[in-house]
Amino acid sequence: MRRVQRAVALALAVGLAGCSGWQSALDPHGTDAARLAGLMWFVMATCAAVWVLVVLTLAPALWRRRAPRPDPLALDAPRERRMRAVIAGAVGATVVVISVFTLTSFVTTRGLGVTGSDEPTIRVRGRQWWWEVEYLDRDPARAFKTANEIHVPVGRPVRLRLEGDDVIHSFWVPSLAGKQDMIPGRTNELVIRAERPGLYRGQCAEFCGIQHAHMAFLVVAEDEVAYARWLEIQRSDAAPPSGPEQEAGRAAFLSRQCAACHTVRGTPAAGTTGPDLTHVGSRRTIGAGLLDTTRGAMAAWIADPQTLKPGNNMPLVPLDADALRDISAYLVGLE
Amino acid sequence: MTQDHDAGTRDHQVDRTMLEARLAKTWRTDPGLWGALATVDHKIIGRRYIVTAFVFLALGGVLAMLMRLQLAGPEARIIGPDRYNQIFTMHGTTMMFLFAVPVMEAVAVYLVPLMIGTRNIAFPRLNAFSYWMFLFGGLLLWVAFALDMGPDVGWFAYVPLSGPQFSAGKRADIWAQMITFTEVAALAVAVEIVVTVFKQRAPGMSLDRVPLFVWAMLVTSFLVIIAMPAVMVASTMLILDRLVGTHFFNPAEGGDVLLWQHLFWFFGHPEVYIIFLPAVGMVSTMVATFARRPVFGYLALVMAMVATGILAFGLWVHHMFVTGLPRLGESFFTASSMAIAVPAGIQIFCWIATLWSGTPRFATPLLWVVAFIVTFVIGGLTGVMVASVPFDTQVHDTYFVVAHFHYVLIGGAVFPLLGAVTYWFPKFTGRMMSERLGTWSFWLIVVGFNLTFFPMHILGFQGMPRRIYTYQPDLPWHGLNLFVSLCAVMLVAGFVLFAVNVVRSLRCGVPAGDNPWDAPTLEWATSSPPPPYNFAHIPVVGGSNPLWESPEKLPVASGLCLDRRELIVSSVVEAQPEARESSPQNSVWPFFAAIATSVMLIGSIFTPWAVVWGAVPVFVTLVGWFWPKGTPEDAA
Amino acid sequence: MRRRAVSTGFAALVLVLAAGGCQREERQTRLDPPIAAALDGVALMPDRISGAPPAVYVALGKPYERNAFNLAEGKRLYGWFGCAACHGEGEGGKGPAFLDGWWAYGPSMVSIVSSIRDGRPHGMPPFRDKMTTEQIWQLAGYVQTIGAYSAKTAAPGRSDAKQRRPAENRAPAALLFDPGPTPLHPDQGPEP
Repeated sequence: MRRVQRAVALALAVGLAGCSGWQSALDPHGTDAARLAGLMWFVMATCAAVWVLVVLTLAPALWRRRAPRPDPLALDAPRERRMRAVIAGAVGATVVVISVFTLTSFVTTRGLGVTGSDEPTIRVRGRQWWWEVEYLDRDPARAFKTANEIHVPVGRPVRLRLEGDDVIHSFWVPSLAGKQDMIPGRTNELVIRAERPGLYRGQCAEFCGIQHAHMAFLVVAEDEVAYARWLEIQRSDAAPPSGPEQEAGRAAFLSRQCAACHTVRGTPAAGTTGPDLTHVGSRRTIGAGLLDTTRGAMAAWIADPQTLKPGNNMPLVPLDADALRDISAYLVGLE
Repeated sequence: MTQDHDAGTRDHQVDRTMLEARLAKTWRTDPGLWGALATVDHKIIGRRYIVTAFVFLALGGVLAMLMRLQLAGPEARIIGPDRYNQIFTMHGTTMMFLFAVPVMEAVAVYLVPLMIGTRNIAFPRLNAFSYWMFLFGGLLLWVAFALDMGPDVGWFAYVPLSGPQFSAGKRADIWAQMITFTEVAALAVAVEIVVTVFKQRAPGMSLDRVPLFVWAMLVTSFLVIIAMPAVMVASTMLILDRLVGTHFFNPAEGGDVLLWQHLFWFFGHPEVYIIFLPAVGMVSTMVATFARRPVFGYLALVMAMVATGILAFGLWVHHMFVTGLPRLGESFFTASSMAIAVPAGIQIFCWIATLWSGTPRFATPLLWVVAFIVTFVIGGLTGVMVASVPFDTQVHDTYFVVAHFHYVLIGGAVFPLLGAVTYWFPKFTGRMMSERLGTWSFWLIVVGFNLTFFPMHILGFQGMPRRIYTYQPDLPWHGLNLFVSLCAVMLVAGFVLFAVNVVRSLRCGVPAGDNPWDAPTLEWATSSPPPPYNFAHIPVVGGSNPLWESPEKLPVASGLCLDRRELIVSSVVEAQPEARESSPQNSVWPFFAAIATSVMLIGSIFTPWAVVWGAVPVFVTLVGWFWPKGTPEDAA
Repeated sequence: MRRRAVSTGFAALVLVLAAGGCQREERQTRLDPPIAAALDGVALMPDRISGAPPAVYVALGKPYERNAFNLAEGKRLYGWFGCAACHGEGEGGKGPAFLDGWWAYGPSMVSIVSSIRDGRPHGMPPFRDKMTTEQIWQLAGYVQTIGAYSAKTAAPGRSDAKQRRPAENRAPAALLFDPGPTPLHPDQGPEP
C-alpha cells in the first residue's frame, strides 16, 4: 500500500513539474497568476492531505481484525457512542477546512486586479475565431487596432476591457491571470501585470463554435522602451510597398476582395469584418496563432483558408498564382 | 364502498397456491407485442428503462472513444471540427439526459415499490408513458446525429452560439426539443416516486423505517420536480427565439445572454445531485448488507441527503464565476458551494464507521463501494477547489474540470451503479453474476478510470481548454493526451467485460434464492425475480431492517381483493393503512399518447402549427387513457 | 417477435427522417474543385433569363436551396461582399428590392446565379473574379430566400442585430408582396 502511495506521489510530482511552459497556470509570470498559483498549491496540498486521511481511515475499517458477529442487529453501544464523537469531530474539522478555504479565496480575490492610476487600457473583442485588439487613448487619433497579439509593458498593470462581438468567448492567459468571459452586450474588465519579459500564449476558453480550438493569441511582455517603440510603429500607417512585387501585391489587395473585409491604414482598404492588417508582418503568427508569419504560410493561408482552419470566416478568394505571390509578399512586408 | 365490489374474493379466504394463481392472473402482462406495449408493471418498465439507459451509456462511450482517438495526437485529422463538436455535444447530452438521470430513476422504478412493500408504482400508466417519451427523445437525438443533424453547441448550449444567428439549421432545435422529451419523462417518474413513497408504504413502515435508497430517491424526486422546469422553460425560450422570432436571449433587442446560463445552471447544478443522491442511497444500502450491520447514523444520512438537496439550489452560480458577476455575490456562492462538503463528509464518515464496526464481506458490490469512496473523495475535493472563485478562474472550462466531473459522475455515480447492478442482479433475474468476471471488470474499470482521468487534472493546469477538437504540436499536451487515450482502452475493456458478465450470468449464472446476500430490506422478501404482484401478502413492518428482525416469517396484512388490482394506501408519516386502492389495468393508451406527443413536439421544430394540430391527437389519446370504467378507485 | 417489431419501427423512423433530413444539415466548408467546376456549367436561355441548372446540382439534392448551412453562409457573404450597399436588407436602393417578390429576371436559381456571376445591365457588376462558384451559389440561394413566397424550413436564422424586415424563415415576400395595378408577368409573381 505504501509503495503504491509513494508511486502515486512520485507520479504527481513528475506530472506537476511538467506544468511549465508558456500557457500554464502553475508557471506564473504575472502578479495575479502568482497569487492564484499560491492559493492553488495551498488548497491542493490541504485536499491531498484530506484524501490521504480518508483513505488511511478506510483501510483499517476494511481490514482490521474483529470478532465474529452472528447477529447483524447486535450493536456495541459504547463503540457507537465513540464513533459518533469521532464523526462529530471530523465534521467539525471539515467545517474548519472549508471556512479557511472560503476566507483564503475571498482574500485572494480582493488582492487580484490591483491597478495604478494611469495604466494603458486595451479593448479586446472576441470574434469568431480571432481577437480584435484596440489600444485606447485619450486622444482618439492615437488609438489603433491590431489583432491576435497584445504587447504590454513589464511590471505595469494593464487594464483590459473584454467584449464579445458575436458569441461568448473567454480571455485566458494562464501564465498571467485567470480567465474572464467576453459576453455580447456586456463589458468585463481584467487587469494583467507581467512580471517578466516574455511571450505568453493565451487561448479562448469558452466553446465558441467550429474553430474554438484555433483561437489563440500571444501576449508579448517587453520593457518600456521596446513597448513605446512598438506603440509608435503600430500607430503609424502601413509602410509603402518596396519593390515591384509588393507594389503589385498592394494593387491586387485593393482591387480584389481583400479590402472589403480588412483594413490597411494608409490605403483605401477599410473593411472591419476581418483583422486589421496594417502591421500584419510584424506579428508573430497569422490565423489567430495558427501559423508563424512567413511568406509561405501567408500564401498558403490566403490560397486555402478553409483547409487550414475549416469553417473559419475567411472566404476563399479566387486568385491566380501571380496575384497570390504578390499579395503574400505585400502582406508579409507590412511590418 | 359498494356491496358488489366488496363481494370479490379476499386473500385470506383461499389457500396459498390458489392465492398466487389468482393474483398472477389479475396482475399479469399479456404475452406478445400488444401486451408488451400495454403493460404497466413497474418491474417490466423499470427493466426496459435500465436496459435502454445502458444502451445509451454504450453509445456515449463509443463517442468518448472517438474523441480520445482524435485527441491522441496533435492536429489529428481523423475527425473534422464539425463532427467533433457534434460528438462531444452528443456525448455530454447522452450521458446526462439519456443515461445518468434515467438510469437512476429506472432503478428506482424497479426497486422502490419492492422496497416499501407495495404491488405497483403509483400512476403506473404515467410510468409507461414516461418510458416511451424517454425512448422517443433518445431516438430523436440519435437519429438526428446519424443524419449529420446532431446538435453541435455543447451539452449546455450557451446562447448566442445556440441562438438563431450562429446555429443555422435544426441542430440546436433538436437538442432543445430532446430536453423536453427527457424532462417530461423524468418529471413523470419523480411524481410517481413521491406519491409511491408517501402513500403506498407497507403498514408500519413509518418515515424513520424507510430504507435509505428510498429516502434518496424521495429527495432526488423533489429535486427533479423543482429543478427540471427551469431547463424546460429555458429550452422552450431558446426554441421560441429560434423559430418564432422572440428575443429572450438577444441583447440587441433587450434580451440577456446570461439569463440562459442562470436558468440552465439552476437546473444544471441540482442535476449533479439528482445523479449523485441515488448513488448515496445505493451505497448506504450495500454498505449495510455487506458490513452486516444497520448503517451507522441513519438519521444523519437522511438529514445529509435532505441538506444536499436544499443546498443544491444555492450554488448554480459557481458555473458562472468567470462571467463577471459582482465579487461579493460570487463569494456567497463560494461559501455555499463549500458548504455542500459538510453533508458529503457526513455521508462518507458514516459509511466508514459502518464498515469499521461491521464485519465486511468482500463481494463485488462492496468492492465497488470502496472504489466509490476512494474515487469520489477525489472528485469532491476537486469540487471544493473549483468552488473557490480565484482557483476557478484558472481551471474553469479546462481539462481540470473535465477530470473533476468525471470523478464525481463516474466515481460518484457509475461505480455505485455498477455495484448496484451486481447487488440487485439476482433480484432482477433470479441469477447471480459471476464474482470472478466481476472482480476482473472491477479492477479494469477502476484502474483504467483513474489512469484515464487523473492526468486530465494536469492537462488543465497546463492550459488545455475543454471542447477543443485538436491542439497544436508546440503545446506540451500530446504526451499526456496519448497516455490518456491509451488508458481509455483499458477502461472500455472493463465495461465490455462487465457487459459480458451480465449476458453470461443472465443465461447461466448460479440461480439465486430469495435473499442471496442476507440483506435486510423488503425487496428480498419475495421471490427472485418477483412475481407480477410483487408480494402475495403485503408485509407489515416493525423496524428498519425487517428481514433481520424477523428472519423466519414476516408478519403480513390480509384482506385485499384478488379479482382486481388492489394495494394498500397508508398514511404519510406513520404508514397506518388507510384504504384499499385499485391500481390501473394495463393499457396501450400511454403508448399512443407518447407517440402523439412525440409527433407534436418533433413537428413543432419545423412549424409552430404543429403545436395546434398536434394537440388534437394528444387530446384524443388522453381521452382514451382516462376513459372512466365505472369502478370505484378505492375502498376504505 | 417484439424485438423485430421494434427494430422494424426504428428502421421506418430512420427512413422517414432520412428522407426529410437528407443533407439538410451537412456542413461542407470547402467544395471539391471538380464539383465546383461542374456547378459553373449553368445552361442559360439566350436571353439570360432562366435555364437549366447543371446536372450535378440536382444530383447533390439542390444543396444551395435546402441546406441551412449554405443559406447561412450566403447570408454572411451578402454582408461581406457589400450587397447591402445597393440592395439594402432586401428592400432595395440603388439596386432592385428582393423583398417585394418581383424578380426582373425570374426567381430561378439559375437566373440569380447568372446575375451575380455575370452581372446585369443598369449597374449590377459581375462577381465572377471576386467569388468562387460555391460562394456565388450560396449567395444566390440566400437571395432567393429573401424573396421567398412561402416559409422555408431550411433558412438562415434571424440575425441578433435589429432588423427592419421579417426574418428569412417567415416568407417575407409573401408578407410584403404587392402585385400592383398591372397584371403579373408569368415570371414575376407568386403564382405564375
